[in-house]
Amino acid sequence: MSDTKKYLVGIFDDDDVLMHAVKDIRKAGYEITDAYTPFPVHGLEHALGLESTRLHTAGFFFAATGFTVALSMITFINMFNYPTDFGGKPYWGLLAYIPITFEHTVLYSAIGMTVSFYYLCKLWPGKTPKIIDERTTDHLFALTFELDGSKDASYINTVSELLKKEGAIEVYQKEV
Amino acid sequence: MASHFESPLREPLINGNKTYKDITNDIVKPTTGKIQTKWAIYTAISAVFAGLFVFCIAWEVMFGIGTWGANKTVGWAWDITNFVWWIGIGHAGTLISAILLLFRQKWRTGVNRAAEAMTIFAVVCAGQFPIFHMGRVWDAFFIFPYPNTRGPLWVNFTSPLLWDVFAISTYFTVSLLFWYTGLVPDFGTIRDQSKTSGRWKFYNFLSFGWIGTAKHWERWESLSLILAGLSTPLVLSVHTIVSFDFATSVVPGWHTTIMPPYFVAGAIFSGFAMVLTLMIVARHIMNLQDYITLAHVESMNKIMLMTGTMVGIAYLTELFVAWYSGNMYEAYAFANRVSGPYWWAYWSMMFCNLVSPQVFWFRKLRRNIAVTFFMSILINIGMWFERFVIIVISLHRDYLPSSWLYYSPTWVEVGIFVGTIGLFMFLFLLFCRFFPAIAIAEVKAILKISGNQYREKQLEEVKDMEVYKETSVKAGTWD
Repeated sequence: MSDTKKYLVGIFDDDDVLMHAVKDIRKAGYEITDAYTPFPVHGLEHALGLESTRLHTAGFFFAATGFTVALSMITFINMFNYPTDFGGKPYWGLLAYIPITFEHTVLYSAIGMTVSFYYLCKLWPGKTPKIIDERTTDHLFALTFELDGSKDASYINTVSELLKKEGAIEVYQKEV
Repeated sequence: MASHFESPLREPLINGNKTYKDITNDIVKPTTGKIQTKWAIYTAISAVFAGLFVFCIAWEVMFGIGTWGANKTVGWAWDITNFVWWIGIGHAGTLISAILLLFRQKWRTGVNRAAEAMTIFAVVCAGQFPIFHMGRVWDAFFIFPYPNTRGPLWVNFTSPLLWDVFAISTYFTVSLLFWYTGLVPDFGTIRDQSKTSGRWKFYNFLSFGWIGTAKHWERWESLSLILAGLSTPLVLSVHTIVSFDFATSVVPGWHTTIMPPYFVAGAIFSGFAMVLTLMIVARHIMNLQDYITLAHVESMNKIMLMTGTMVGIAYLTELFVAWYSGNMYEAYAFANRVSGPYWWAYWSMMFCNLVSPQVFWFRKLRRNIAVTFFMSILINIGMWFERFVIIVISLHRDYLPSSWLYYSPTWVEVGIFVGTIGLFMFLFLLFCRFFPAIAIAEVKAILKISGNQYREKQLEEVKDMEVYKETSVKAGTWD
């Protein structure tokens, strides 16, 4: 692909070592582009200084939408579009609407959040991923440092040294 | 490591001194290589039964509902019995993956993937029954509210049968999303282990191009947690609404407020029984004994003991209320259950669901695979009888003695039921072969807490109480 980028990659084989390394490297003032792990490592996103996700807030709004759609649609149908008299009972019976309103709330929230998740992560069926190292979905952990024009050889050397000092088992450059 | 500290009382959940690499290899292995003869034979047999399902359904659609034994007095019979049975079985997966996630029960990681798959396949089987009971199945879309040229004529939003439509379709959709989102990172793992380009493409397609960056994992965890939070009330609502199908009617034996908790407990009970039946077989065929350990089996047996006893208390409460209410119709309905023409169904239910799970008070029996397997089959049978008792016995003697009858199923009904078991097994076997049967990433995440070598090291450390205290204080778990 045309838009490839060059990375300095540090490979680790333990999540605790990785966590310490991330903290120390950031303390030393180097920006980590990304981390690749085979499973969710708790606290890693905070150590990397990433903002917390707001996916759950989106979930709330999807839920509110589902709630509103279900309740207003049932209300419209039973009160205005097709009011039916069942032995003089009121047209609008909120208690009987709870189950469907609840199911809709859950359904909209779940679908909305899942779609948002794939949209935000830019994941879709058939996507060709930019794999830094195939072993990071298996047993190894990777830290990457993007090498754009401003990064010179001394930067690469110091970061490589730092990575090795922090316990990286491999350090190499890769273009993906 | 202080960050991985846990009470020394907890048993290891991963045996065999596994490393991250071992976990990948062990779980990816069953999806690679030549197709096993054993697997092919089981799948072929299941496919034959799934074919029987298709044949019997075709027969029913061609010749009508009259090919069933269900008739005027017993309008709901095997069909709805099977529907409720399958829906009940479909409850354990979400319970394991959602409720146990919220309660931070680590043993869920070994069994959640397969249990969720089982949930989805069970709901697929369950859905067939109400759809084909409609008779004119080509009009099945009438159950959805949409603007139409018939009036406008809408569905009845105050009917529990319609609530069921929404509850089950929502449950199916949310379970599917939850399951698939959990699978995505593991498909990425299989992709990166694949040797051929066709296999790489196939699993890359399924994995949506997953690479596992820190941000993706964070969103993934957030999504899993919220989906778990949503699924928890959802799973309870589904069987509650199924029980409303009965509880809101005026049939003696159905019209009781005990129905929702009684049905939910029964659903969890039967769901765990089916999970155990499948997992005991799967762990042997796929050599997953290190991941589905006796600790997992014991935990599930404890839940079965509890829910089985809850169901038993519900049975006894029903009897008490039938007598105490002073309502002669209610009293007759229960006397008829206990000693009427279907007494054998009632006592099978009582034995399988209330009496037999009591063996699980003994630790030795809870940790015995053969006993557990036998009990899981017994409970599956017992829970089927529970639905048969509730539905058929309550209906076969109605208010008009001249229309009383003794219901028995026809070959078409039996064929459809046996066929759904075939369909279920067929789907489950395909799942075991092509999908990662255990959540690879989630097992890796608990390795340093629940792996046997790490547990042993921790036990060494805490032999001295002072050291235990010191470690706990450091980990922030000491009050």
